[in-house]
Amino acid sequence: MSQGEQAQIDNLLKNDYEAGFYTSVESDTLPPGLDEDVIRFISGKKGEPEWMLDWRLEAYRGWQEMTEPEWAHVRYPKVDFQALSYFSAPKSMADKPKSLDEVDPELLRTYEKLGIPLHEQEMLAGVAVDAVFDSVSVATTFRSKLKEAGVIFCSISEAVHEYPELVKKYLGSVVPRKDNFYAALNSAVFSDGSFVYIPKGVRCPMELSTYFRINEAKTGQFERTLIIADEGSYVSYLEGCTAPMRDENQLHAAVVELVALGDAQIKYSTVQNWYPGDKEGKGGIYNFVTKRGVCHDNAKISWTQVETGSAVTWKYPSVVLRGDNSVGEFYSVALTNNFQQADTGTKMIHMGKNTRSTIISKGISAGQSQNAYRGLVRMSQRAEGARNYTQCDSLLIGDRCGAHTFPYIESRNPSAVVEHEATTSKVSDDQLYLCQQRGLDAEKAVSLIVNGFCKEVFKELPMEFAVEAGKLLEVSLEGSVG
Amino acid sequence: MLSIKDLRANVGDKEILKGLSLEVKAGEVHAIMGPNGSGKSTLGHVLAGRENYEATAGSVDFDGKNLLDMDIEERSREGLFLAFQYPVEIPGVSNMEFLKTAVDAVREHRGMEPIDSVQFMKLAREKCKAVNLDDQFLKRGVNEGFSGGEKKRNELMQMMLLEPKLCIMDETDSGLDIDALQVVAEGVNAMRSEDRAIVLVTHYQRLLDYIKPDFVHVLSGGKIIKSGDRSLALELEEKGYGWITKEVA
Repeated sequence: MSQGEQAQIDNLLKNDYEAGFYTSVESDTLPPGLDEDVIRFISGKKGEPEWMLDWRLEAYRGWQEMTEPEWAHVRYPKVDFQALSYFSAPKSMADKPKSLDEVDPELLRTYEKLGIPLHEQEMLAGVAVDAVFDSVSVATTFRSKLKEAGVIFCSISEAVHEYPELVKKYLGSVVPRKDNFYAALNSAVFSDGSFVYIPKGVRCPMELSTYFRINEAKTGQFERTLIIADEGSYVSYLEGCTAPMRDENQLHAAVVELVALGDAQIKYSTVQNWYPGDKEGKGGIYNFVTKRGVCHDNAKISWTQVETGSAVTWKYPSVVLRGDNSVGEFYSVALTNNFQQADTGTKMIHMGKNTRSTIISKGISAGQSQNAYRGLVRMSQRAEGARNYTQCDSLLIGDRCGAHTFPYIESRNPSAVVEHEATTSKVSDDQLYLCQQRGLDAEKAVSLIVNGFCKEVFKELPMEFAVEAGKLLEVSLEGSVG
Repeated sequence: MLSIKDLRANVGDKEILKGLSLEVKAGEVHAIMGPNGSGKSTLGHVLAGRENYEATAGSVDFDGKNLLDMDIEERSREGLFLAFQYPVEIPGVSNMEFLKTAVDAVREHRGMEPIDSVQFMKLAREKCKAVNLDDQFLKRGVNEGFSGGEKKRNELMQMMLLEPKLCIMDETDSGLDIDALQVVAEGVNAMRSEDRAIVLVTHYQRLLDYIKPDFVHVLSGGKIIKSGDRSLALELEEKGYGWITKEVA
């Protein structure tokens, strides 16, 4: 490679993470450490009822007896859970602003800089946003319009007060408190997140979306999302995430629970762009997330994720196909560059008759990164006539990265059909040559080829997200050729 | 337009071109013929700037600029087009998207705005028709599942859209049946113009029945050993390459 090319690539690498800025606001941040008092503090801060505090404490006691999972194909220094702060909120949020006009303009500017204006008139028509900044929800837009349709969209803290019956009934019903180490931790200390309820037979009139932003240093983010789609309803939900560039690693351990009652449909899309660390592998977010949905009869849950950020990703959005004829889908693009590590995939648990699931996973590895697909398809005894189709493709860029596939198939019903296809390919020199001979530079060529590779997944994303995802891939791939 | 002087080039560690000289002027069509392994395809790739194809001596002037100093994409944007013998597939990237990106890259280089999508669509459909490809091909992945002949016509369509100054066509006739050959030849003939030069690299004379070259060169052992007009090609067809390589030796 010539010096000129090297300089060009270095230059591109320098400014590749546009969301890496820090917002200077005064924050109330708990000192580092975790014990029952911290949990009482968080719960008290939110004025939670007794039952909620008890729920948290029970989770905390469970967590203390658990150990961190080590089976994933990732390596990182152990997290010191006593060195983290478990609550941080901008001071200006202490008085609970009642409308956007009362919200600190500095916070609004943060979201504007990220391309998410919170003033309704400036927003993308048809998308309602819940903006979560460190441990609190800053604002939720279009609430009145949603209310007309009977849709509830608010922060989970509010839901605990306003809709305790729904929260009591469903919180932890999909991901039990002691499901796994990180889920238990989240259950104990979760700070905020979104709550959605779509009433019977209602098609949610707009896309719902939550934008998560980590801002403070040395804090963990533990958000909790609960979406309930009542019988025959439909909702499409989007999630985006970013964080400042920092040298130390930060922990993000979220739990997302989806409940799709009979004939309901939930479409959940994520574009995950947490800070991935620098090109030497320093800093970045540890993204240890539990996402799961339950489908009742004839219901459908579809997960689509585009994962480009985080230093380490540990994430398996899953569907429990409890009801007959229910459908689960998982469409994933996971891209790792430099020293990023991802161990991601899904679980499709077929319990009902004639349940169907589709898994399309596209892993792209560049630099010295490691990218693993891990997926479980389980056909239970009762899953008469169930079907799964899995397609798992890996694309390698360069010769220092790794792609791994760990499929687990368990079938206890002889009538169930499980299909699994896997491919591994490289961006070939010939493909690059063809593109360059037609006038494209190498970076553009790689991004075009990778976008083509991901097409099947991108077409599942809502329009605005698909465009963003394509651009994000381009940025994340910068410096991967040469 | 293209002036090659004493060009020596390696593929990997092996020297393939051993002092090749060639002058091509705007408006001319040149055919480069020669036995297998003589360096015909190498010449195309060296001119296009392919990795691992390294010029070690000599010079190549392209429209007053030193071609060998430029990156692959720069050569392309300056107007050099190489139609590949074996075009690769790029799954999932639609032909349309690929073509528009390429056209826009060239336009940007010329200080022009990206082409309007609707206008481009119309243009691309026209070119499809010209090379007898169904316009469904625009929606399909680049060369994905195309037959040999379809790939060649797709290359030609790209050439028409990019309107290069210098077209180098590497064994464009190989793998084509006679009907497809005629379509390709018509397309190339339509591209002939005062300000464009075409270099046909071919093993067989048959293409030259349809595209009449102004000059024919015989490449052997990494050098041009004989040049002439069209009659040279006919002579080669009749007698093979043996006599001429012997004559020179």
